Amino acid sequence: MVIDNEVKKLESRARDIRETIIKMLVAAGSGHTAGPLGMTDIFTAFYFHILNHRPHEPNWEERDRLVLSNGHICPVLYATMAHAGYFPVEECLTLRKFGGRLQGHPERMRLPELETTSGPLGEGLSQAAGIAYAFRMDGMKDIGSLSSDERLPMSNMRRVYCVMSDGEQEEGNTWEAAMFAGKYKLSNLIAVMDRNNIQIDGMTEDVMPLEPLADKYRAFNWHVLEVNGNDIPAFITTVEEARAIYEKPTLIIAHTIPGKGVLEIEFDYHWHGKPPTKEEGERFIQQIHHA
Amino acid sequence: MLNSDAKLSGKIFADDIPQAPTRDGFGTGSVEAGKADPRVVVLCADLKESTRAEQFEKVFPERFIEMGVAEQNMATVASGMAAAGKIPFIASYAAFNPGRNYEQIRTTIALNQANVKICGMHAGVSVGPDGATHQMLEDIGMMRMLPGMTVIVPGDAEEARKAVVAAATHDGPVYLRFGRAATSVFTTTDTPFRIGKALTLWEDSAPNVALLATGSMSYTALSAARTLSENGIGCIVLHVSSVKPLDEEAILDAARKASRVITVEEHQVAGGFGSAVAEFLAENCPVPVKRLGIADHFGQSGTPEELLKHYGLDMSAIFDAVKGFVKDI
Repeated sequence: MVIDNEVKKLESRARDIRETIIKMLVAAGSGHTAGPLGMTDIFTAFYFHILNHRPHEPNWEERDRLVLSNGHICPVLYATMAHAGYFPVEECLTLRKFGGRLQGHPERMRLPELETTSGPLGEGLSQAAGIAYAFRMDGMKDIGSLSSDERLPMSNMRRVYCVMSDGEQEEGNTWEAAMFAGKYKLSNLIAVMDRNNIQIDGMTEDVMPLEPLADKYRAFNWHVLEVNGNDIPAFITTVEEARAIYEKPTLIIAHTIPGKGVLEIEFDYHWHGKPPTKEEGERFIQQIHHA
Repeated sequence: MLNSDAKLSGKIFADDIPQAPTRDGFGTGSVEAGKADPRVVVLCADLKESTRAEQFEKVFPERFIEMGVAEQNMATVASGMAAAGKIPFIASYAAFNPGRNYEQIRTTIALNQANVKICGMHAGVSVGPDGATHQMLEDIGMMRMLPGMTVIVPGDAEEARKAVVAAATHDGPVYLRFGRAATSVFTTTDTPFRIGKALTLWEDSAPNVALLATGSMSYTALSAARTLSENGIGCIVLHVSSVKPLDEEAILDAARKASRVITVEEHQVAGGFGSAVAEFLAENCPVPVKRLGIADHFGQSGTPEELLKHYGLDMSAIFDAVKGFVKDI
């Protein structure tokens, strides 16, 4: 649960992060706009409320892991990490620039604060499942198989979160990972799917229909929740529910509005893979703060 | 003559030299590596008997992970496990691992510098009756092109054991290539093995040709060299298990001494071990080079012996190729 005062703070934080995203995309001259704006509320909730992490000690062993699978929305990851204190916010303006650490798609060897290198779709869920499996080997007992009095207190659990897109549900690797996590009952794994219904060539249901997504994951032995991904307190409450599920991995289908916060581009798939011009950027930032 | 420093088998040219497939070395080596380091885990894609992964499973059931027939997921889960501090070995047939999951290996293991050991089994035409789909002939090329990837092709089951143990202590991604068919175990526990080092098997005093071979072809090359030497053609035989990094010093030394080089591998001649040697020599010691291997074909069904003979990789074919090559120049 989050109290009203904190919600206001998180929402204000999200507006600042959206502003940084627009500035970095304008400076870069290329990159993805719709996805990062749509996911800003979720990243804000993660880095400023949900994750157990230490931005100034990024290698802290006991931290929760957040694996970004659809690496192309990295402007929101970079901007949120910067606002959280992993690196200076000014560095965001080096996005996609030669010699910089903020590569067009996230690269851990250049920016070690990241958990993984990503971009090619359909691979993050497997990597997150691998981390979750390894954590369980390291002492996170298969709590699904333990009786209630043997269960570890929730506060002791290192969680692995995977943020993925809806478009990458078209990748076979995603379903191999879903099968694996279901088989091994990786309850310390929580996947969040950005269900914004767009992909490069159009609407997901036109390009390659994905529905019924919830039923599909349930059939793969996942617990499935759905939430408005642009409602910060609702999202936090949903993650809390997911953390209470002992027997299965959980998928949160987060319905988001692509381009959220900039009224003139909301829902428009043409903004999937292009950045704003300088003039558009200035206008977008105005809209973000007066939404 | 044989290099005594290589401490080769006492039965090296005997009819009853022990036979074992290199994949057996994965079984024994992974158990040894698992005993030495609790971080070692083995992932297998529904082939635990034929990859010998079941040997590891028997000793460390809690560190063996059955992935099902899902090589892409196997590579990416391994990347995640490496990120969490494990040392995963991923085992399947080379046709699928790295054949099927190349992009997963490229992005999540190589670019990510994940400490994953990729084990490609049943490589080469000597897989035999399974036919072309399962006879992987392009894996050395695919893997040696990846920045930061180490590529090892053990010569026999004993060296394979050592290579697996060495790979576990090597920090970074490694590709290990294994064969299905039983081949001569020509090295011993005393034979030196180090990643990046080649091993001289044979050296005549005034060599006419250097045979550089990898995998089990090294024993075939050695057998050919012995006969060539008896026929007045002096040879050097260098067994190069470490295709990447290459032992440049040893290769340069052999090329300078013999002035001509033949490479032998159970792999496409394009892009594989012979290409690696030719690329290096072209820039550093441009001597005549002939590459023996599969010359731009897919394989087919047959016994390993029939297939190696058909594709020019048995002892007599190598003998003839060397004789022709030496005469031509």
